[in-house]
Amino acid sequence: MQLTLEFGGGLELLCDSVKVHNVNVDLQNRAEKLTMKDLLCWVRTNVIKERPEMFMKGDSVRPGVLVLVNDCDWELSGQLDTTLEEKDVVVFISTLHGG
Amino acid sequence: MPPSTCQRCQIARAVILRPKNHAKLCKTCFLSAFEAEIHTTITSNALFSRGERVAIGASGGKDSTVLASVLKTLNERYDYGLELILLSIDEGITGYRDDSLETVKRNAAQYDMKLEIVGYKELYGWTMDEVVGQVGKKGNCTYCGVFRRQALDRGAERLGVRHVVTGHNADDVAETVMMNLLRADLPRLSRATSIVTASASSPIKRSKPLKYAYEKEIVLYAHHKKLDYFSTECIYSPEAFRGSARALIKNLERIRPTAILDVVRSGEDMARLVPVEVTGGAPVNGKPVLEVEDDGEGGCGSANGRSSGGEMADMERQLAASEKAEYEEVDIARDTPVRHKHSKAGTCDDGGGGGSGAACACGNGSRSGAHKPGSVQKAKARPRKFPKQQMGQCERCGYLSSQSVCKACTLLEGLNKSRPRAEIGVSDDTDETLVQQMNGTVLVDAGG
Repeated sequence: MQLTLEFGGGLELLCDSVKVHNVNVDLQNRAEKLTMKDLLCWVRTNVIKERPEMFMKGDSVRPGVLVLVNDCDWELSGQLDTTLEEKDVVVFISTLHGG
Repeated sequence: MPPSTCQRCQIARAVILRPKNHAKLCKTCFLSAFEAEIHTTITSNALFSRGERVAIGASGGKDSTVLASVLKTLNERYDYGLELILLSIDEGITGYRDDSLETVKRNAAQYDMKLEIVGYKELYGWTMDEVVGQVGKKGNCTYCGVFRRQALDRGAERLGVRHVVTGHNADDVAETVMMNLLRADLPRLSRATSIVTASASSPIKRSKPLKYAYEKEIVLYAHHKKLDYFSTECIYSPEAFRGSARALIKNLERIRPTAILDVVRSGEDMARLVPVEVTGGAPVNGKPVLEVEDDGEGGCGSANGRSSGGEMADMERQLAASEKAEYEEVDIARDTPVRHKHSKAGTCDDGGGGGSGAACACGNGSRSGAHKPGSVQKAKARPRKFPKQQMGQCERCGYLSSQSVCKACTLLEGLNKSRPRAEIGVSDDTDETLVQQMNGTVLVDAGG
């Protein structure tokens, strides 16, 4: 599945300072859909290069990291249960850096 | 989950769930609601007067960038008649401040505002890089904090401005409330919650127009308005204690988003209960609160730091000592700074007390839980004195100070002698504040 991932608010520093990643995520084990929960796992393994604890806590993002799916707050779409579709844009922004 | 519709316009797709009231809003309605609320904060607190020149403390980070953008928008929309100027501090931190200052320079052009940059190097002869080279990474935030406070004032003075606004948001205030609560620092708790602070040590008024704005909304505002901001943590900030308070606030927000504003409100309510002698200044209700020279409100470009990473260790030592004292049935008040004050009549002045005060020797109910039932009070809580701030001028630099030599000059003296051990204390009063004790500890640590 083709997705665009964007990292901001300092999170880009965890992935070689690259803000925009165009990625292709394969569905696991003949799964029918890809959820945010699956994507976070995938991002942690494939995109985050250092200090993963700055990005995730448990199986979700670290408190203080905002997630937008197609510019919409993931709290409105079911957070980890949000289902992703082809060409979706997922934005991760840390609120924890800078003042 | 099907897409929700904006609760306000009932037309567009909702893109944000507001933490303060769970409202689902579309982008346009969110931006206008956010701006309208800042406008309400400004007008209901009468923050500005017409024709006023106001400096925006600008770090290039999200908060000050959003503050500059919103103030420009509101100044034009509601015709405040303000002249807005950006004021930046160059601490001299390579790879951090030099990059963020580039952002501020772009902001100045984008918002058509004048920009003044005040450098530690020109003011003090030291960059933070050089300070860290001297004192090490631990404890350097003390230097940065003391220097910043004066630098902002001197920058404002240079601009002929008497009002500096800073980007402190609701999360910052909640975090500071928690920190001051956790270290029993009532004077700072009171000062940190105030939206306007006039200072005994400075002729410059400071205010926080974003005080009730959630960090989440500030970041989303910047995102949806595509604002240009810089987001790298200061490379020298360990800040264990503040970091823990911040994590606590963020964890609470996830479970109960309204918690942040609730902590801010609780802080305000507690501040109202703090006697004037303790706040060291004017009454809090709606009136400006006086600050002492080194206030805990922060203002660091990163996590508003002013204290050091050694604080957590200090707190832990203190907690361990308290536990030990309790075990030995000694009043813990002997080892921990007690902040309540006894009035002249000899009764406990703890306005918020109530409840089962009888268990404690001093009649203050809040500590009664720490005593074992039936245990004999072996030590009495000693009434605490709060040193009165008497303002004079620093005999070296002329900066307003409650002591003969201001803190910045004291620190500089240590640096210039290539000897980071400096002692900070109130000369004729041994009853130091916790903060001064901490600063002292930090400096000794830094030397060791």
